[in-house]
Order: sequence, then structure tokens, then C-alpha cells
Amino acid sequence: MEAVSRKTITVDVNGEQYEREVDARRLLIHFIRDDLDLTGSHIGCDTGNCGACSVLLDGTLVKSCMLLAVQADGAKIETVEGLAADGELNGLQQAFSDHHGLQCGYCTPGMLMSATALLRKNKSPSEDEIRRGIQGNICRCTGYVNIVEAIKAAAE
Amino acid sequence: MLLREVEYARPASVQEALRLLGANDGARALAGGQTLINVMKARAASPDVLVDLADIGELRGIELGSDGTLELGAMTTYSDIIDSAEARARPILGEVCDQIADVQVRNRGTIGGNVCSNDPTNHLPPLLVAIGATMTIVGKDGERSVPAEEFFLGVYMTAAGPGELLTKISVPPGKSDGFASVPIGKDGTCIVNVAASLDGGAVRLAIGCVDAVPVLLKPESTDDGAVRSAVQGANLDPPWDVHASADYRRHLAEVLALRAVAQAVGRN
Repeated sequence: MEAVSRKTITVDVNGEQYEREVDARRLLIHFIRDDLDLTGSHIGCDTGNCGACSVLLDGTLVKSCMLLAVQADGAKIETVEGLAADGELNGLQQAFSDHHGLQCGYCTPGMLMSATALLRKNKSPSEDEIRRGIQGNICRCTGYVNIVEAIKAAAE
Repeated sequence: MLLREVEYARPASVQEALRLLGANDGARALAGGQTLINVMKARAASPDVLVDLADIGELRGIELGSDGTLELGAMTTYSDIIDSAEARARPILGEVCDQIADVQVRNRGTIGGNVCSNDPTNHLPPLLVAIGATMTIVGKDGERSVPAEEFFLGVYMTAAGPGELLTKISVPPGKSDGFASVPIGKDGTCIVNVAASLDGGAVRLAIGCVDAVPVLLKPESTDDGAVRSAVQGANLDPPWDVHASADYRRHLAEVLALRAVAQAVGRN
């Protein structure tokens, strides 16, 4: 095996297979947004703090700005686009809408993925567990209250 | 952000990783990447080659030996440790890992990456020094064991040199441990942190964030006076920054040492 600066990778994103040649230096978030044109996942801080780029990688919540696309070779990725089946909001998304869990909406894709990961692991989280579950996601509008309410409602 | 051009390899064995690391002076091991990728964005590090350790199975996993020794593969993530039944043999490990950053970072960040980056504000260097962990390092000349207190050499520098790999961390059995910190926001970067451990009558304290490496102290007893005088006797000369003056860090070191020891005593 030799180190390479460009590599063909295969990923499964929201159930669809993609094969693309990418630079080794390409961040996963750029690959998802620019190469696959799945622009639901956002770039907020690009320093690993804000969580707007959160996606599930083989079922595990990660920040896709702190991963290279080549590290995801062979992985199954879930992004916010995968949540709504046939254009219908899923229960979590509907709860965010019902509870005003967003204002500008920039953090929402990351919040939804963090909440998805939390609810898969913990079907009825306490408020404290919800807050810890979204600790890696920053929202500058809502003050989090309605986001927590939305996740609580989605769990019920 | 666009990183500087870099080459990438994902070897399947330690031997192959060592060959790749040895083949280029600019090669660096990539563990969870929760520090390295960000410092590459800032150009604070510009490796020529990244050797991704993700596919090396022998670097992962947690084993509990019959004598109670825990062996943690260097690529074991914080989340793996938090969720592991075996790791509860030394409960402080999971408790401290659960104070690091957030879910996403805990899912990717590894115990080996944390100690090898040896940022003086990291949680695990003082903890592993206090609880007497042993690091296993593999290089082209074979394998060696280094006690944690000799592993940390300077800011971002450890005994795992160029072309070498930390493969596992061994933690002896015990439960009388404590950890206290003042972080910047809950689970944030530590301003000062202190780990304490009791082994029989002996007390081991390791203070983080006040020097290039954890400061190991051995107070004569767990009495407040003995702990205070040990910290004062260390003549700490901590750095100052926007978060805390040097004086305040010295003050915190003493207070947090008392808290960490009290926690350890409470579990004795």
C-alpha cells in the first residue's frame, strides 16, 4: 500500500450508492455538499465547535468538518435529506416545526441529526439527557428551549 | 476549509503503518482526527502524509485481564470507554471521558490521540499519570513500555517519537480515584484540572494545564494540609491567558487538588 493524494471512494448516502474520485485533503462536509450536491448539511464554524455539519457515519454521530472524505470510504452516511421519506416530514422534523424549534434554521440540520442519534440510543431521554445530546450543536437564535421541547415531544 | 495537499493511506496492520510512517519524515498518524484535522485547517500542522489507523483492528478494544489490569487499544474512542462494561473496572476512566467536549467528539476522539497530541489542557494526560498507567510504544526496533509519568515530554511532545506508534495503554486495577477541573463552559477546555489516586496509603496527584506536562506530586497524606503544602511546594509557574491569570491557576491547582483527593478518599 502506498499513500495517495487522490482516491476513488464509495459511500452509501441515505441509501444511495455514490462512487467519486476525491482529493485526500477534501473534508467530508465539502464532499457531501459540493460533490454530491446534498446541501442540507451546513458549514457553520469549520472548527468542530458548532455541529451544523453533523451527520451519522455508520450510525455514529460525527461532525463532518472534522473528517476527510477518504476516511468515510466504504461507510454508510445519513444526512438530513434522509429524514423525510417521500417529502413527508418525519416525527422529529414535524415536532421541530410544531414547537418552533428553529428560527433562522441554520443549525437545524445538525440539531436534527444529533436528536436522531440521541433518540435511537435513548427512546425517552430526560431533559438533561436531551441537553447533553445536543451539547455539540450551537444555536444562536432559540436559546434551545423550544429545541429541547421539540425533541421531548418527538420522543413521546 | 481547504487543507494543504496531503497524501493518505489506511493500512491494515501496525507493521504496515510503521513502514508508512518511517518512509516519510512528514508522515503523521491519524487517529480520530478531532484535533489533527483542525490544526491542519489552521496550518498549525502540515503533514505530507496521513497514516489513518482506523482499519488496524489490534489497536481497538478494551480487555480486562484476570489480575484486573485494563488494556485499552490506542484507537479506542471516548464513547467506547464510556459504554464499556470492562472499563468500569476503573470507573474514573469513563467518568472523565464523559467530560470531554460533546457527543460527536467523544464518538471520534481516541484515548491514544488524546495522549499523543499532549495538549497541556487535555484531560487524559494528568489522569493517566495519577492512576499509574503504562504506555506501549512500537517502533522499528520493537516494542517498549513507558510509564505515563515518563511518557509526556513537552507541549505536543511524547515518548512516542517519529516513526513510532502508541499501541495500547495499560491501567492497573483500582477505584480510589478523583478528578476535578474548572473548564471553560461545561465539558469544555480545562483551565486547570487535577487527577488524584490512592494506592494503599500512597497519594498520587497530577495537575494539568499548569506546565508543559502533568505535574506529579505525592503528598504525605490525604489531609488537606498535606495536599495544600504539596501543591505549594511544587512552586508552580503556570501560563496566563484570557481565561485565567497565573495566580488564579495556582489558586485553582490547590483547590482542585483538595477536591480530587476528597473524591478519591470518598471511594476508598
